Amino acid sequence: MSILTATILVGVIGLVCALILVIASHYMAVKVNETELAIRACLPGANCGACGYSGCDGYAAALAADSTIAANLCRPGGAEAAEKIAAALGVTASVADPVSAYVRCSGDCNARGQICHYEGVQTCSAAKLLFGGGSACTFGCLGYGSCVAVCPNNAICIENDIAHIDPRRCVGCGLCAKACPNKVITLIPAKNQSVVTCSSQLKGPKVKAACKVGCIGCTKCAKVCPAGAVTIENNLARVDPEKCTGCGVCVDNCPTGAIRAYEF
Amino acid sequence: MTKLLAILFASVLVNNYTLVKFLGICPFLGVSKKVDQATGMGIAVIFVMLVATAATWPIQTFLLDRFNLGYLQTIVFILVIAALVQFVEIVLKKYLPALHKSLGIYLPLITTNCAVLGVTINNMTDGYNFLTSMVSSLGCGLGFLLAMVLFAGVRSRVEEAIPPKPFSGIPITLISASIVSLAFYGFAGIVTNIFG
Repeated sequence: MSILTATILVGVIGLVCALILVIASHYMAVKVNETELAIRACLPGANCGACGYSGCDGYAAALAADSTIAANLCRPGGAEAAEKIAAALGVTASVADPVSAYVRCSGDCNARGQICHYEGVQTCSAAKLLFGGGSACTFGCLGYGSCVAVCPNNAICIENDIAHIDPRRCVGCGLCAKACPNKVITLIPAKNQSVVTCSSQLKGPKVKAACKVGCIGCTKCAKVCPAGAVTIENNLARVDPEKCTGCGVCVDNCPTGAIRAYEF
Repeated sequence: MTKLLAILFASVLVNNYTLVKFLGICPFLGVSKKVDQATGMGIAVIFVMLVATAATWPIQTFLLDRFNLGYLQTIVFILVIAALVQFVEIVLKKYLPALHKSLGIYLPLITTNCAVLGVTINNMTDGYNFLTSMVSSLGCGLGFLLAMVLFAGVRSRVEEAIPPKPFSGIPITLISASIVSLAFYGFAGIVTNIFG
């Protein structure tokens, strides 16, 4: 008898629970915005936040709710995603130029001097706080991998105490550029060009004392550039990517090798 | 009133579910990496514990005890709590989407959490009435939140440090958890001294 009561009781409780859930899911179903789902399907799902929204879901929801938001904000998806989103929304897309992150420092452990051995917390911002870490150059890559930690695509690695970005993997979201306390990483247009791989704003002799491959601000590159793309600001060469044709004359003429050819 | 306060303090500090009774260790280790996530999880647990107690106390008192079916407690409680959490999730999704966004991801995790089940069962074993059961659940939830937030703070410091290789990751997390737990054993006896 008692087994019967027990079975009936558990069965009835289970049935009541199931009924409540069925009724609730029927009457309280939330309508899913179909445009939002369609847009979400076009996005790559990297959740990098380069668009300025909280991940791909957030961007899709914002786009579906407000058609005035630009459809081309997705960096990883690039032109392809922008066109698909535009098709889903029924508008024409204007495509953002693809960009890639670049480390403006080439002073690895062989090239730059050490002033001390840093043994503190192994993050770039902590090293930066403690007199700029152990490197003789306080402008360069600290090499503790704050950028590696934020990269959604594993495009960055640390070799010889310096960050390297694989341009084939980089989607240009710019998270590493935000994470770098020395602002060594910048976003540059993804095309063949010459790039300055140094961020030091010190005068020539001081740069030379700290690092073998730093920009000493000798202005040689500015003089030889046929396109007039190179300028010197704060003792540091700057290549205008709009004007640079990627001819490589500045690369050949740089005495320290601070300008390098960037091959995308 | 003094009795309610004593129950509340006892369940927050002395009988802390995570650090003293070792229930709900899975979310305690899993979701304690960041303080904001730990807070979200803790608040969701408080909510679920209160709702679960409110639902299971009448079931135990008016159904199971009346038909002498106390041995069905565990299975019926799991059934009711799981269905309840699902129901709450549906309701939140419909009427309070903002709350659902912040708590929603934690709700399915808590569905059959042993801390929630433990609270509801212990309330019965301790012979609490409805009011004291609710106060005890609130205290247990607050205790869980306290443990989560404290440990997330400890853990964020531990993550920065570099332990020896064999200790890195989960081992050093468990060691720090045991030290936090030891600290909570220091509260034993405090309630009888304050309220006793």
